Amino acid sequence: MPRDFKPKVVTANALLEGDVIYLTEDDSWTRELKQAEVITDEAVAQIRLLDASSRVAEAVGAYLADVIDTPDGPEPVHFREDFRRKGPSNHFHGKQAAGQ
Amino acid sequence: MYRYSDFDAAFVATRNRQFRAQVERRIDGSLTEDEFKPLRLMNGLYLQLHAYMLRVAVPYGTLSSAQMRQLAYIAERWDKGYGHFTTRQNIQYNWPTLGDVPDMLDALAEVQMHAIQTSGNTIRNVTADHFAGAAADEIADPRPVAELIRQWSTDHPEFQFMPRKFKIAITGSPNDRAVTRAHDIGLRMVEQDGARGFEVLVGGGLGRTPMIGKVITEFLPEADLLPYLEAIVSVWNLIGRRDNKYKARIKITVHEHGIDEIRRLVDARFAELRPAFGGVDQQMLAEFRAQFASPVLKSAPTDAYDTAYAKDPVFRSWADTNLTAHRDPDHAIVQISLKAHGATPGDASADQMRAMADLAEHYGHGELRVSHEQNIVLPHVHKSDLPQIHAILQQHTLATANIGLISDIIACPGMDYCALATARSIPIAQEIATRFDDLKLEHEIGDLKIKISGCINACGHHHVGHIGILGLDRAGVENYQITLGGDHTETAALGARTGPGFPAEEIVGAVETIVHTYLDIRESREETFIDTFRRTGMAPFKAALYPEKEAARNAA
Amino acid sequence: MSVIVTDTGFAPDDWTGGFAALDAEQTNAAALDMPSDTPESALSGAVLAAPMLRIAFPSSADGRGFTLARLLRLRGYTGRLRAQGHVIADQYAMARRSGFDEVEIDDALAARQPEDQWLFRANWQDHDYQNRLRG
Ligand code: HEM
Ligand code: SF4
Repeated sequence: MPRDFKPKVVTANALLEGDVIYLTEDDSWTRELKQAEVITDEAVAQIRLLDASSRVAEAVGAYLADVIDTPDGPEPVHFREDFRRKGPSNHFHGKQAAGQ
Repeated sequence: MYRYSDFDAAFVATRNRQFRAQVERRIDGSLTEDEFKPLRLMNGLYLQLHAYMLRVAVPYGTLSSAQMRQLAYIAERWDKGYGHFTTRQNIQYNWPTLGDVPDMLDALAEVQMHAIQTSGNTIRNVTADHFAGAAADEIADPRPVAELIRQWSTDHPEFQFMPRKFKIAITGSPNDRAVTRAHDIGLRMVEQDGARGFEVLVGGGLGRTPMIGKVITEFLPEADLLPYLEAIVSVWNLIGRRDNKYKARIKITVHEHGIDEIRRLVDARFAELRPAFGGVDQQMLAEFRAQFASPVLKSAPTDAYDTAYAKDPVFRSWADTNLTAHRDPDHAIVQISLKAHGATPGDASADQMRAMADLAEHYGHGELRVSHEQNIVLPHVHKSDLPQIHAILQQHTLATANIGLISDIIACPGMDYCALATARSIPIAQEIATRFDDLKLEHEIGDLKIKISGCINACGHHHVGHIGILGLDRAGVENYQITLGGDHTETAALGARTGPGFPAEEIVGAVETIVHTYLDIRESREETFIDTFRRTGMAPFKAALYPEKEAARNAA
Repeated sequence: MSVIVTDTGFAPDDWTGGFAALDAEQTNAAALDMPSDTPESALSGAVLAAPMLRIAFPSSADGRGFTLARLLRLRGYTGRLRAQGHVIADQYAMARRSGFDEVEIDDALAARQPEDQWLFRANWQDHDYQNRLRG
């Protein structure tokens, strides 16, 4: 029996822009958590993290973040990831302002 | 004010060229992230939650109007139109991209500024009393010495890869406005038998293990300063712990070895290092002193001030809170609050920066200061100009009359920006300020310092706040611990915890409870919060904050 | 194999005398290897007469070697002084200013940070605040 494994996404900051990015299934980076690849298997998660960490010219500080897998795509578990997805709460800046 | 020598200018230009090349080499793979990170940090560049963050030094807190205007320009050109002034007399830009940073550094160099050693395991930007050169209670202006330390510590070959960061603060006044007791080294200018020197404190710091600095020497002759500083840092560079970053700061080294052993080691190293300094540094210090000479203060009647003070209650309220005694009785030190109720503590928009630069130019000898309380200071203003200044500040939402009051809160960036945060600080500061503004109690409460940090690193100085608030992550929820009785001045003390923390929804209410308790039990209006706390201790506040526990104890 | 970096760029190692460990029986003739956690009290006696000293940099973040070098020079060491290990091109000026004569890096680092990146800092004597403040 595999241990309970919480679904995860691989996330990092972009080397050039510095903003939050997520790894997608087709090995590209997205700025949108909703488009991130949701990983449900521990072994796969470790391999995907290794893949991401080796892309040193694109991403900095890759790690696995817990998500809840919903029909609308992944949602953050921790409030820190919620801020990373949106931007700060004192100014309407960051991702929440993108495309406005 | 200090003006760069040709040497300084060439140094900064060269350094900027090196950093531009380092950025290119990081992108082309010559440098790994592990190698690049300390290099970008020693040039002030962090990678935060949402973006890179560039921390620019305002050495010893002194800025010219032209420099302030350039900070405004940089905010508009490469950031989102604002900057954040910090407790360490820096300004932080929250949104640059990696590729923009070399251009930003060049723009800074145009006005003799830089971001060197504002981060990383180096000797950081030296901080000083923000009223230096103007305060009525000053023995001597600490800034020439701070400039000497800036030059000595900049690019020091031995001290770029130390166990941890290293912070030095200096004050020239017995009333300590530079928090010297909470720094790795604190310097207090003193005189002994007519000779100038320093009392040197070592091993203070906040963070996870807060400590008050200990006196390593009561009187260090002025000419011995650089070799003595070098001896302290050199000793620590070898014996400071590198196995655990939480034990790496010199406060832990002093704690583990004892101040007497550290003094012995430093004295021995000092004897070895002293001969290398043959007096050139002291000649340079004398030149710096000339550059920091006081501006020529005008003499004129102060009627305009007296009339406005008598007739205009809004002006009077502002004058009562935001002015400090200048050494010339016809002048005042003006503090411009960056703490409008509900705004982010320490943030200033590009427009506000320009307005402050203009005010300094027209009325304040072109000089501004950044205080560790995240406000801006006009150090030399003739009283007759104050009504006009106040009117202009009002037009830019810069006239908040709250210096030293409950809404003049120090808050670190917290989870809104900081990658290390465990909770947010800014919204808590905003809510406390608006709540007490609504209650119209602020002036009734009087002198009260609230300081908020978003994690145990204590960038918001919460340990030394009269009321300190520390944001933590309790099982995925923001939770706030309160400490009471901290003091950041010459009578420095660390606050004590009230008890269990409060969730975000309850923290403002808890602060209100503390304040109401104080108002109930103070002996008079003159007894400030900290005095009341010292008289009564924690008990009445605890009882008010945790009534169930109190009830249980009474029942038992 | 390793590469020796000096102000003139890359060169092969010309030291053929080998290295003894610091705690080994010390004779004046032996070159010594010193770890980065060498205590300052060891920088005395026969060590100061060694023809060559090699101080290890296990990581580019470990700056103890710079202070060790400085102390050795202050205590009168005049022999050859080498920084060895994970020293990056950006630290070359610091190494030279602290008293090292040369830096020894491995081939992998030399490939990643080629000679031109080190020569970029061969002007380490320029723009040096320390030099200005002393004397
Ligand atoms: C936003 C990114 C920031 C990061 C990543 C950061 C990081 C840190 C860390 C790790 C410490 C603890 C050091 C230790 O205990 O060894 C610390 C302490 C401190 N920081 Fe920050 N900080 C940040 C922002 C600020 C800001 C905005 C200020 C000024 C408002 C500031 C001022 C301080 C002060 C005063 C201390 C405590 C004094 C001490 O070093 O013991 N920091 N910071
Ligand atoms: S106290 Fe913590 S959250 Fe606040 S700025 Fe410092 S490191 Fe970040």
